[in-house]
Amino acid sequence: MAFFKLLRKSPIIARIGLVMILLNIAAAILAPVIAPYGETEVVGDVWMPMSSEHLLGTDHIGRDMFTRLLFGARNTIAIAFVITMCSFAVGISCGFFAATLGGWTDLIISRLVDILMAIPVLIFALVMLAIVGNSIPKLIVVIALLDSTRVYRLSRAVAMDIEVMEYVEAARLRGEGTWWLMRHEILPNALPPLVAEFGLRFCFVFLFIAALSFLGLGIQPPTADWGGMVRENSGAITFGIFTPLWPAGAIAFLTVGVNFIVDWFLHVASGLKD
Amino acid sequence: MKKLLKIKNLVIEGFTDEKWIEIVHGIDLTLERGEVLGLIGESGAGKSTIGMASMGYTRQGCRIASGSIVFDGTELVGATSQVKKTVRGRRIAYVAQSAAASFNPAHRLIKQYAEAPVKHGLMSFAEAAENAVEIYENLLLPDPEKIGYRYPHQVSGGQLQRAMVAMAMACRPDIIVFDEPTTALDVTTQIEVLAAIKNITRKYNTAAIYITHDLAVVAQLADRIMVLRYGDLVEENNARDMLADPKEEYTRRLLSVRTLREDKDLSASEKDVILEAKNISASYTGKETVLEDIDLKVRRGRTVALVGESGSGKSTLARVITGLLPPLTGKVLYRNQELPPALKSRTRESLRIMQMIYQMPDTALNPRQKIRKIIGRPLSFYFGMRGKACEDRILELLDMIELPDHYIERLPTELSGGEKQRICIARALAANPEVIICDEVTSALDQLVAEGILELLQNLQNKLQVSYLFITHDLATVKAISDEIVVMLQGRIVEQGVKKEILTPPHHEYTELLLSSVPEMDPDWLDNLLKERRNNLAKV
Repeated sequence: MAFFKLLRKSPIIARIGLVMILLNIAAAILAPVIAPYGETEVVGDVWMPMSSEHLLGTDHIGRDMFTRLLFGARNTIAIAFVITMCSFAVGISCGFFAATLGGWTDLIISRLVDILMAIPVLIFALVMLAIVGNSIPKLIVVIALLDSTRVYRLSRAVAMDIEVMEYVEAARLRGEGTWWLMRHEILPNALPPLVAEFGLRFCFVFLFIAALSFLGLGIQPPTADWGGMVRENSGAITFGIFTPLWPAGAIAFLTVGVNFIVDWFLHVASGLKD
Repeated sequence: MKKLLKIKNLVIEGFTDEKWIEIVHGIDLTLERGEVLGLIGESGAGKSTIGMASMGYTRQGCRIASGSIVFDGTELVGATSQVKKTVRGRRIAYVAQSAAASFNPAHRLIKQYAEAPVKHGLMSFAEAAENAVEIYENLLLPDPEKIGYRYPHQVSGGQLQRAMVAMAMACRPDIIVFDEPTTALDVTTQIEVLAAIKNITRKYNTAAIYITHDLAVVAQLADRIMVLRYGDLVEENNARDMLADPKEEYTRRLLSVRTLREDKDLSASEKDVILEAKNISASYTGKETVLEDIDLKVRRGRTVALVGESGSGKSTLARVITGLLPPLTGKVLYRNQELPPALKSRTRESLRIMQMIYQMPDTALNPRQKIRKIIGRPLSFYFGMRGKACEDRILELLDMIELPDHYIERLPTELSGGEKQRICIARALAANPEVIICDEVTSALDQLVAEGILELLQNLQNKLQVSYLFITHDLATVKAISDEIVVMLQGRIVEQGVKKEILTPPHHEYTELLLSSVPEMDPDWLDNLLKERRNNLAKV
């Protein structure tokens, strides 16, 4: 209820952002219904131009682009979202624990994270995926873990600032446990920067998936994903065919939508009256 | 005679909630050469805004809507930035409240001193440096030749504040605007700065606008006083006349000395002792001790005032008592039962009996929690209260702190400073504590608001028989509410006893210094005090 109340007062930009995200989600959910062809079905020639049969043309092996875009939304958005959620859950809880408990806990977690961060992410991901094998759940775990190091850094820093506030001390003097401090005193005050980071991380994650796909360790073909589609069709650009711009545009569209919402949330959370 | 500064019908607006709102409503002000004008009022009265406007300047988000500001024949409202530049810093200078925050820590004092005169092309750096010695000397700074070559962190707070006055004097301005220059200082340091300001404005015949919320301070310096409230002038008169015979009710309230509380019988038996600190020493590093051999008793329904300057270890003692900082030696006893030194090993019950109220209500309340949760949490945490019972108790507590019921739905950001402090009191009371530790609870509040808080605390004590350990550097507060006084200096207790004994001579040397440093409403107080101290020195 509160959300709808807030929505009614929301600025036009936030509404546009919301519509953009909802469109993407609708596309993802309804993909099997709307899509004219099958996800992996080869239906025409290579890189056919737009026509009434193939709304957005066909890709490098003759699959319908529009269909792949809809199915791609499914995989890309869902996987990126799950990864970002996981990395935030891990990063925030470790970060808050380190900040509230301090001492050895902080030292050990922080140094472990330093070690993880010292190794280039892409290489580390490659090694991990090569070791554990390649499936979507494993992909999620590996990327989420690597991504959570950045989230950890941010949430620890933010929590450190909040932790020294007197209201936290007051709660501590009352005898509250660590969990309560983290959940009720620190988290609500740490949300604004974390949400901003969420918007960014979310976008980075699906670019990262695309990069992994490029190296053959991401989402495996023939499953459609936007990053992979850009890569597969990138050669077309040199021939003046703009097929790869469709998935790229879809990525940009979603990114912009997410960030509109994030901006609006930050505005609301900062307590500024419009 | 021609006025040096003439402000007529000044209206200033501030930008809030998407619209311009008038914050200063048509103020007239004049200043003659060499005259010191005191602007006094509570926060939000528009003192600083007017002070800055006298340089033709407004803070970000404010604008001069109408009126005129004529400085020595030049109209500053609507003047080009070129014109304003020749005036600011050179002919009108500004001294801010917090010197520590205003100096650049990376440069030596002398470099920052010379900035303005060199920039305005008045003198070279060498000349300015030479000049500084004389100013430093007149500001009674120790070692005037060398002090300029120190960095800001190498001098004390009071010295830094004087160094800032020196900076303002660098171009020998006609007017200096002092914006609460002593508010952040201890009483004993405040005297030095006041004496220095008085000395230098007289010597160079500089006019000054002195902004403060403390009438006793302004009484020492000002020739004329303007009392402001909500951007309006309340009263204006010669300093002496105003102090002797205030016309307006509001001024009278500012002037009124706080009512002294009657002494209670303190011969009560040892049984009455609720909380006792025995032989406490503490340290943050494990090496240098910040507290040594502290013995302290808090009796049921009484108030113990812990007095001392900043750095004397008052707040550290509170941390030891609450368990945030386990002591090196000594113990804390509650009803003769030893409490575990560390917070973690104390029981919920022993945490409940001891509550704390902080200096800054802004940081003591979680800005994202509604009042319902802030006050309700201790109720559910300690007593397992829920639903209607909890709600009723919250309303009862709101009633006790004299706030209306609908505040239960508010966030702390929707309250004023005084109201926030009341919420902090309610949160402490929710635990039904036996001792409340009040750490400088009135320091961040305006005088009249602070008085309201003290009165509330007093009423609550009468009703609930709760004890207070009252940490403060403000002796007026101590006089107003304490039963017993403990004076601390550099981590040690120098004197302690019943209020009457401590406040009547003979005092301990340091107590004497503290007591005599509290400004009185008498315009001659500062001069007399300085004369007396000089005489005493001469005798020695």
